[in-house]
Amino acid sequence: MVNLRINNIDITVKDNMTILEAARQHNINIPTLCHYPDLHINSDCRICVVEIEGYKGLKTSCSTPVSEGMNISTNTPKILNARKTITELILSNHDATCTSCVRNMRCELQELAKNLGIDINRFENVLVKKEIDNHNPALIRNANRCIKCGRCIDVCKEVQGMHVLEIIGRGHEMEIAPAFGKYLSDESCTFCGQCANVCPVGAIIEKDNTNTVWEKLYDPNYHVMVQVAPAVRVSIGEEIGLKTGLISNGKLVSAIKRLGFNNVYDTDFTADLTIMEEGTELINRIKTGGVLPLMTSCCPGWINLAEQEYPEILPHISSCKSPQQMFGTLAKTYFAEKENIDPKDIYVVSIMPCTAKKYEATRKELRIDNENPDVDIVLTTRELGKMFRQMGIDFDKIDEVEFDDPFGISTGAAVLFGATGGVTEAALRTVYEILNNKPLEDLEFKSVRGMQGIKEASVKLGDLEVRVAVSHSLANARVLIEDVIAGTSPYAFIEIMACPGGCIGGGGQPYGTTNDVRLKRIASIYEVDGNMVYRKSHDNPSIKKLYKDYLIEPNSTKAHHLLHTKYSMRSGKA
Amino acid sequence: MIERIELTKRFDKIDPLSIKNYLDFGGYEVFKKALKMKQEDILNEIALSRITGRGGAGFPVSIKMKSFAKESGFKYVVCNADEGEPGNFKDRYLMEKDPHQIIEGILISAFSTGASKCFIYIRGEYAKAIGIMKNAIKQAYKTNHLGMNILGSNFSFEIEIRRGAGAYVCGEEFALIESIEGKPGRTRVKPPFPTQVGVFDKPTLINNVETFCNLPFILRIGGTEYSKIGNEYASGTKLISLTGNVKNKGLYEVPYGRTIREVIEVLGGGVNDNKKISMVQLGGACGAIIPESLLDMDIDNEKFNIFDSKMGAGAIIVMDESFDMFDIILKNMEFFQHETCGKCMPCREGHIQVLNLIKKFVRYSANEKDYLSLESLAQVIHETALCGLGQTSMTSIISTMKFFKEDYQQRIKESLFKEEYYG
Repeated sequence: MVNLRINNIDITVKDNMTILEAARQHNINIPTLCHYPDLHINSDCRICVVEIEGYKGLKTSCSTPVSEGMNISTNTPKILNARKTITELILSNHDATCTSCVRNMRCELQELAKNLGIDINRFENVLVKKEIDNHNPALIRNANRCIKCGRCIDVCKEVQGMHVLEIIGRGHEMEIAPAFGKYLSDESCTFCGQCANVCPVGAIIEKDNTNTVWEKLYDPNYHVMVQVAPAVRVSIGEEIGLKTGLISNGKLVSAIKRLGFNNVYDTDFTADLTIMEEGTELINRIKTGGVLPLMTSCCPGWINLAEQEYPEILPHISSCKSPQQMFGTLAKTYFAEKENIDPKDIYVVSIMPCTAKKYEATRKELRIDNENPDVDIVLTTRELGKMFRQMGIDFDKIDEVEFDDPFGISTGAAVLFGATGGVTEAALRTVYEILNNKPLEDLEFKSVRGMQGIKEASVKLGDLEVRVAVSHSLANARVLIEDVIAGTSPYAFIEIMACPGGCIGGGGQPYGTTNDVRLKRIASIYEVDGNMVYRKSHDNPSIKKLYKDYLIEPNSTKAHHLLHTKYSMRSGKA
Repeated sequence: MIERIELTKRFDKIDPLSIKNYLDFGGYEVFKKALKMKQEDILNEIALSRITGRGGAGFPVSIKMKSFAKESGFKYVVCNADEGEPGNFKDRYLMEKDPHQIIEGILISAFSTGASKCFIYIRGEYAKAIGIMKNAIKQAYKTNHLGMNILGSNFSFEIEIRRGAGAYVCGEEFALIESIEGKPGRTRVKPPFPTQVGVFDKPTLINNVETFCNLPFILRIGGTEYSKIGNEYASGTKLISLTGNVKNKGLYEVPYGRTIREVIEVLGGGVNDNKKISMVQLGGACGAIIPESLLDMDIDNEKFNIFDSKMGAGAIIVMDESFDMFDIILKNMEFFQHETCGKCMPCREGHIQVLNLIKKFVRYSANEKDYLSLESLAQVIHETALCGLGQTSMTSIISTMKFFKEDYQQRIKESLFKEEYYG
C-alpha cells in the first residue's frame, strides 16, 4: 500500500496505481481527454497534468505511478492554465462547428472545453480542410474533426488486430488514417465500428440513415417494418440518458411504434430460426463427417475479415445468413405472400448495435430479388436514439407494448445472441436436446459466458464429446482461425463475434462502451433470458408454425434457398 | 591552459581507418584491464567519477548503469549518435577521428552491465562517419575485439549500425528506440524507462557517443582522479562545438568549470570584425539565449537551472549585434515546428501557434496580448510536453523573455508606431 496526499487529502492506495486511478478512487476528479479505460495509456493529450511536490514541470496523472509520500495538487492556477491552453490549441486545429456535428452536446472535447470554462480562444484557427471519407456504406471518417488522440488506432490495432488506422505524416501535418491516406473501403476494414465507438469527437461516425427512414415512414407507397436486434434492448436506455444496462423491451417497442412503423418485429425471432438452421447444419456435419469446426456466421465484421484475409476458412463458416438477413428475406417472401403485398413495397429497417450490418445489408449475394435489398436500411442504436430525440419521445412516460406477430415471439436462447457466447449457448440448448433425445437439465452454459477473450466448453452430444469455443474481438478471433487453418483446432463448433463482449459491445452502441458497461449489458441479457417463457429456440411456437406453413423443415431445399448463402474471397469492397 | 585534451587526444594523430594505429596508441588496453575487473568494481569507479550523461540531459551515468546492470535476460546497449541538435558536431568528430574509442567505451559499459548487443544509431546525414564506424566495427570483429569470446574471455558482444532517416526527434531516447525497431520516430510514455523496457522490449542502456568515450578515460585514471576534473556540479571534460560569429570556430575539449567567456575569447579568438556579442545560444536550438553579461558563468553552472537548461550537448553559438533576436527565435521555431513528431498535443498544436506569434514580432505587428499569449504558451509547452523536444524547444523564448524582456517591449512599441503611421 502507498500513502500519498492529493489536494491536502491523505489517502492510501494499492501499489502500482496511477495518480489518476488513485484520485478517482477517492472521488477527486482529474479531467482527461485521450484516456479511455480499456485502452493503452497514450498520454498524448496532456490534459490530466498535475503538480507533484519536488518534481520539475507538470506530470500526467494517467501515466505516473503513485509513490510513497507524494504530495500532489490537481488544480493549481498553473495546471488550470495548462489545461486551458492545451484545449485552446486543440480547438484551434479542429472543425469546431459543433452545432452541425453528430456529437454536439455528447462530445468529450466540447465537454472538456465547457468544464474548463474556455470562453475565448487566443489562438488562430489553423485547420487545413481535408477530404471526408464517405466511400463506404457504414462509416464516415472526418479528419477535420479528428484530434489525434489515438484511441481509434489502439482499438483497431490492439483490440481488433486489424491495423487499418495508423498515424501518417509528422508534426502538424500528422493525420490518423488508413495507410497512404486511402479510404477505409480500400483497406481491409471490417466496418466493426469500434473506432467510432471510442472516438471522443465526431471524427469517425456511422453513416446516418435516419433521414431516409423518416422519408419512408411518411411515404404511403411503402409498408415499413422494423426489426430490433437482441442487444439493442439492453443499451437503448443509455443512449437516451437512462441507466446503464436498463432492460427496455416493452417501452422500446412502444417508442418505435410511435415513430410510425407499420410493424415492429424482433430479430430474436430469426435468431431462433438461425439456431434451427445452423444447429441442423452442425448436426449434419457431425453425422456425415462434413467440414468441422463449424463457425458461426451471424457477425458481419467477422465475415468481412474471413472473406478478406482467410479464404481457407470459408468452408468452415455456416452457410446460414445472419438473423438480420434471414428476417429481411422472410419479410419479402413469407410475409409478402401472407399479407399479399408486393415485396417491392415492403421497406425493411433494422435497428442494430452494429455498423458492419450497414455494409452487410448492401451485399448483392444476400438478395432474393436482384434489384432490391432484403434489408433496405440499417440504423444503429445511436441513430434510433436520435430518432427518439427528434420525435421528442419521453421514454419514461410511455406504455409498454409487445412486439407484433408473426415475427415477435422469441425465446431466451435468441436474446443470448446479444452477448458473447450466446449463439453457442443457444445452439447447445437445441442441438443437445435433438441429439441426446432428452431435455437439457441445466440450460446455462456458464463456461462460455463472460469477458474472457477465448472461452471453451465441452458437451456430450449423443456418443460424442464435443468441444466448442467462443471468441470475441477480432484479435482473439485470429487465434482460433489460425488454429483451424493449421488443422490443430480441437473444436467442432466455434462462435466468433467481432466486437468485444459480442453485439452488446458493438460499434453502433451508445458512446462510452467500456468493459464495465459491457458487463452490465451482458448481465441484463442473461436476466432477459431467465425471464422468458420459452428458453430454447426449438420450443418457439412461431418458429414451429413457420416450418409447418412455409419452410417445411430445417435445411429443406426451400430453407436453403431463402436462408443460406455462400462466401467468396475478395480484396476490395463495394 | 583552458583546454584539457583527453577524448580528443588521438585526433589527427591516428588513421581512423586503422585499428593498428589505435592499438599502437594504447587503444583497447583499458578494456583489457576491465575484462579482468569485477563488474561491480567497474561500476563503482564510474560512480566515483561523478560522470553525467553528455547528450544534454546530464543524468548521472552510474545510476543508469547500475539500474540496468540489475536487469536480467538479453540486454541491449544503444549508442546515440543521432546528433541532430543544430550547432553540435562533437559526435561526428568523435566518430570520424577516433572510432575505436567509442567501441572501447561501449565494450566497457556492456561488459560491466552484462549486455549482449549494441546498436549504434547514427544520424543519416553523417555518411562519412557511418563509413568509418562500419570499417572500425569490421576491424574490431576481425581482431576479436567484438564477436564471440572476446580476447579469450567469456564475454561475447555484437555491434550493429542503424542509420537514422533524418528526424531530429530520433535523438530522443524512446523515439530512437522506436526507430531502431523499424517504427516511426515517436516517443513512448515513461515509465517504464529504457533500462527496464527498451529496444524490442528488452532492457536497454542508452548513452550518447561522448559519454561512452569517457569510460576508457575514467578507468584509465580512476574514478576518484576523474572526479577532480571539473567543478562541484560536474566532472570531467566537455566537448564544445563553438560556432557563430567567432574567429576560430571548431571543436574544443574543456574541463567543466571554465566560463563561457573564456571559451569564446581565448579559444574562439573573440568576435569577427571587432563587433560586439549581442547574444549567445547555448546547447543548440533547444538551448537558452543569454546576453553578453552572463558569459562569465561556468560551463555547467547551477545558474543555468534558472531556465532549465544546462550546457545541453555542448554547443556555443555566438551571435554579434548584426542579428535580430526575433529572426533567430523564428528560425529556431521553424525548426521545431518542422521536427515535432505530432504525438502529444501541446507540442503538435503548440509550435504552429508559437510560430504565428513570433512572426508577429518579426513583422512588427505584435501587441501586449501577443506577448502574454506567447509567454503562457511557451511555458505550457515546456511544462507539459511528453518528450525532451517539446520540453526544451521553448527555451530560447523563455530565456529571452527573461534576459531580453526590454527587446520584446521595444518591439511592441515599434509595432504600435508602425501601425499608427503606416496602417
